[in-house]
Amino acid sequence: MSVKKFMYINRKAPYGTIYALESLEVVLIGAAFDQDVSLAFIGDGVYQLTKGQNTEAIGQKNFSPTYSALGDYDVNKIYVEKESLEERGLSVEDLMPLTYEDEDDDWAEKDSIRLLSRAELADIMEEQDILFSF
Amino acid sequence: MKFSIQINEGPYQHQASDTAYQFAKAAIAAGHEIFRVFFYHDGVNNATRLAVPPQDDRNISAQWTALAKENDLDMVVCIAAAQRRGLMDADEAKRQGLDADNIAEGFRISGLGQLIEAGIESDRLVVFGD
Repeated sequence: MSVKKFMYINRKAPYGTIYALESLEVVLIGAAFDQDVSLAFIGDGVYQLTKGQNTEAIGQKNFSPTYSALGDYDVNKIYVEKESLEERGLSVEDLMPLTYEDEDDDWAEKDSIRLLSRAELADIMEEQDILFSF
Repeated sequence: MKFSIQINEGPYQHQASDTAYQFAKAAIAAGHEIFRVFFYHDGVNNATRLAVPPQDDRNISAQWTALAKENDLDMVVCIAAAQRRGLMDADEAKRQGLDADNIAEGFRISGLGQLIEAGIESDRLVVFGD
């Protein structure tokens, strides 16, 4: 089976609509297909990665810990758009630290999150075969 | 060209399913192949056979059923999204101990792997929704 470049573009806040949660479900299932996978977080999608999420008052499940498991699924290219963070008064320090173990580098723990400018992200999108938009 | 289609929104509330239907019809008419139509998020609601829209309006799920029949389309409803929203085929209803099923003819319930496979096997995956 051929390997394609799959990018999951996450554009919406984690709660309020179900897109973020169901996007993550596709990512987890898709990880079994050994494709070249990346995730992009743009617009309100950057809120999906903020740390300290607490959903108690809205009576919904806090699924944010699942993002920390992505490294174990070999999903380790997580692009966050810099402008989207800045427009919302956020910085990378407000995001959960997401890491993976690099099998090509003696399993060294590395950061999965890469901050990219809007223009850089556009270039990476251009390289993809499949863009899932959630 | 080999297309797959993903529909992320429910019928009537949103135009995604209508536009996807028009796209599918036009693609087939132009000689293209539709590898799969995948219904996700609220898009699973397009698969109900219990919708009764007013007589002077289109019946969206019936349109899909007819198009699938004419062109042997593979229409897949995501099982995880369907279970959340109460879309059941007879087997799944039985497994869950439910007293009814509601999937229209031509749709089948399966997993998200079918969506990934559609991406791998098709030249283009076209997503309809917000």
